[in-house]
Amino acid sequence: MITRRRFCKNALLVAGGIAMPLAALEWFDPKRLHAERKDAAPVRWGFLVDTYKCVGCGMCVKACKIENETPYDADVSRTWVERYIVTKDGRTHIDSPKAARDGFIDKRVDLGEGRMETIRDEDIEKAFFVPKLCNQCDNPPCVQVCPVGATYQAADGVVLVDRSWCIGCGYCIMGCPYGVRFFHPVYHVAEKCNFCYHRISKGMKTACVDACPFGARLVGNLRNPDDPVTKVIMSERVAVLKEEYGTKPQVFYRGLSREVR
Amino acid sequence: MNNHVWRPLNVALCIIALILIVRVVAVPRDFGIHDRGYMYGWYRLGNEKEWKNIRVKYKTNEYCKECHREKYTELLSSPHGRIMCEDCHGPALGHPEDPPTLTINRERKLCLRCHSRLPYKSSIRGNIRGIDPDTHNPGAECVLCHYPHNPLKEAQHDHAAKVL
Amino acid sequence: MVHGEAWTLKEFFVYPNEYIYWTIQIVMYPFMTGLVAGAFVLSSLYHVFGVKQLKEIARFSLVFSFALLPVAMMPLMLHLQQPQRGFEVMMTPHFTSAIAAFGIVFSTYGMIVASELWFVYRRHFVTTAAGLGGKASRSKIEQAWFLLYSVLTLGARDLGEESLARDEKAVRVLAAVGIPVACFLHGYAGFIFGSVKANALWMTPLMPVIFICSAVVSGIALCILTYIATMEIRKLVLSWQRKHGRALETKEELKSAEIQVVRMTSRYLIMFLVLAITLELLDLIFRGYTAVKSWDILRSVIYGRDFVNIFILQYGLGNLVPFILFLIPGLSIRRAAAGCALVLLGVFMMRWNVVIGGQAFSSSFAGFMHYQLPIWPDSFETFKEGLFGALMVGITPFVLFWLVTWVLPVFGRNDSR
Repeated sequence: MITRRRFCKNALLVAGGIAMPLAALEWFDPKRLHAERKDAAPVRWGFLVDTYKCVGCGMCVKACKIENETPYDADVSRTWVERYIVTKDGRTHIDSPKAARDGFIDKRVDLGEGRMETIRDEDIEKAFFVPKLCNQCDNPPCVQVCPVGATYQAADGVVLVDRSWCIGCGYCIMGCPYGVRFFHPVYHVAEKCNFCYHRISKGMKTACVDACPFGARLVGNLRNPDDPVTKVIMSERVAVLKEEYGTKPQVFYRGLSREVR
Repeated sequence: MNNHVWRPLNVALCIIALILIVRVVAVPRDFGIHDRGYMYGWYRLGNEKEWKNIRVKYKTNEYCKECHREKYTELLSSPHGRIMCEDCHGPALGHPEDPPTLTINRERKLCLRCHSRLPYKSSIRGNIRGIDPDTHNPGAECVLCHYPHNPLKEAQHDHAAKVL
Repeated sequence: MVHGEAWTLKEFFVYPNEYIYWTIQIVMYPFMTGLVAGAFVLSSLYHVFGVKQLKEIARFSLVFSFALLPVAMMPLMLHLQQPQRGFEVMMTPHFTSAIAAFGIVFSTYGMIVASELWFVYRRHFVTTAAGLGGKASRSKIEQAWFLLYSVLTLGARDLGEESLARDEKAVRVLAAVGIPVACFLHGYAGFIFGSVKANALWMTPLMPVIFICSAVVSGIALCILTYIATMEIRKLVLSWQRKHGRALETKEELKSAEIQVVRMTSRYLIMFLVLAITLELLDLIFRGYTAVKSWDILRSVIYGRDFVNIFILQYGLGNLVPFILFLIPGLSIRRAAAGCALVLLGVFMMRWNVVIGGQAFSSSFAGFMHYQLPIWPDSFETFKEGLFGALMVGITPFVLFWLVTWVLPVFGRNDSR
């Protein structure tokens, strides 16, 4: 005899039993896991920074903030420029006031919290500028640590954030050795440089590349051997930042110095 | 199954089943494993398109020259030739319809980004013709005397003479 | 204002986007999960290994561990920028992230604790429901209790000898299964930190083990402390009852039982404390000896900026002093309470020094960040990531415990085992 309780129980069991495999199998479909294509994508975006050419005008930072709607006065930015001053006593002075949004006009070095350090001209051994942006790593640690799949790497190598799915835990910010990520002051989700995805996917260059009057920044397709960026990377001596983390960064630098962090 | 020991397990299974059913409803259809595999490619595919659809603000010199060819060629042949129009004139989104005129940045600070002299020999910043902002006509707009579209020429303002 | 700007002070060169993004709530999170795991392990010592002396505290710590469960999740919800999307961790879990396991491990653990409680209290549920059901007329409140207890029995009302034996066996099995799950729950909290290769202070494979050991230490300490507190209250009640001539036990009976339990439990506390300190010191020595690239900045944080927090508050007051307090022969209740309070402080400072200390330096290794705990909240953000948010998280388990004991009485019961 079927009692009411047994009926309810069995009904639930059947419903759950049907729903479970359907939903669970979707997580780990071995075929799709295996389907990870290797080197099949026709485009792999990369970036070349020529630190010899950078003068620290900060036009790139300004353009980036406007192009990507990062609140202009907020103290965060998708890209920034660092100034390195090595003095004769061997010390390195580094700063990036307001992410270099207004460039470097002052000779003094910003020590944070409003303190400035004056360096005499004759004490300077060498000084240079280094632009920074997201490295769009081949092994992005920020993507690896996202608990919900809200940040990901597109087929063309660019790491993007899904603003409608990010829970705002900040693990990706912690996971990035380069400090490129931050919380967007308006959307309150993780935010990062994405090589102006809306521009490069239309055949344009990134806003920072267009804004740079000195050609210190270049974006290109690393899968295209005739791309100027690819040519330089293949034929010249270039370096990447913090290689020891195993992230395989895809932003290459000419003229990187050992002081660069 | 009359053993009461399994009762809590049944409750637990019901909860798990409920979560899995909610999952089917709450997770977007295009969420899944994409090109970069589960580690790097676990996401909602539709988001790529959302990023591609962001409005372009800086339209580059190619856009400006369609109407302002004269200025474009003048600038191109000057030492300032590599500076994008919109660096000083502001992003051209919506121009000329809305806004009809762009807000031109004539600030002294804009020029100082490159021309405030910094003695950095190992960077080309040290080679750019620069001034000391504290002593070189402090407070005056550079464009009063200098013509930005071609810095080799003098400013074409008559009132520049009045100021100096 | 940018998230993090309100409480971060930057010094020297810090990357523009770097702020202290993980604040007091992320200190509270491992602290609270540690208490959950520790309390559960303590109760399992009795259920699984049959440490008879812990009988009294076992039931207590199991209920307490249950009351702490929702509180382990609270700091995370307060920390998230989009807490309403928190359920996504169950919807689209990305298991390459240590946090993704949270939803699954946490709910598995919650179910184990709840089931174990159900078996321990089933007899109570059935007798109470039967008692209320037998009444001819029930008031509205009694009716509500009756319904609640009837649902809680899950329809299993058999109290025969055989059924009760099955209950007991189930408790044993669940407690045994629960230990690795509790350790995993907390070990993985350590893994969340230990696996961040971008953070020089966090990245060490020892982190999960250190977290488990200190979790057990803090859980036991809190159980002893709460146990002492409730016993003191009971003694007060007892002496009040004696005055009115209604006492069942004598105060002395209670007291001797209390000191017995406290002495036994604190022995386990010391064991785990030694293990925790050994591992932490091993980690520190190893870092200094190998002195890789990050050591320069780590040294200036550990021996300079955070010296008071690490060596005075954590190792000194939080580890060494209670160690001595517990080891001096003739442990008294008062000394045990002081020792436990200090141990809790020590474990809290350890979490603080890991979470906040790990963000005290920039990943440029050329600058420092200083965390200013927001005291008086001037916005919702500075409330939840400030002192009052942390206090709220700290108080909630006791309120919950008090509420839970209405349904699951902890003391004055001799029935089941």
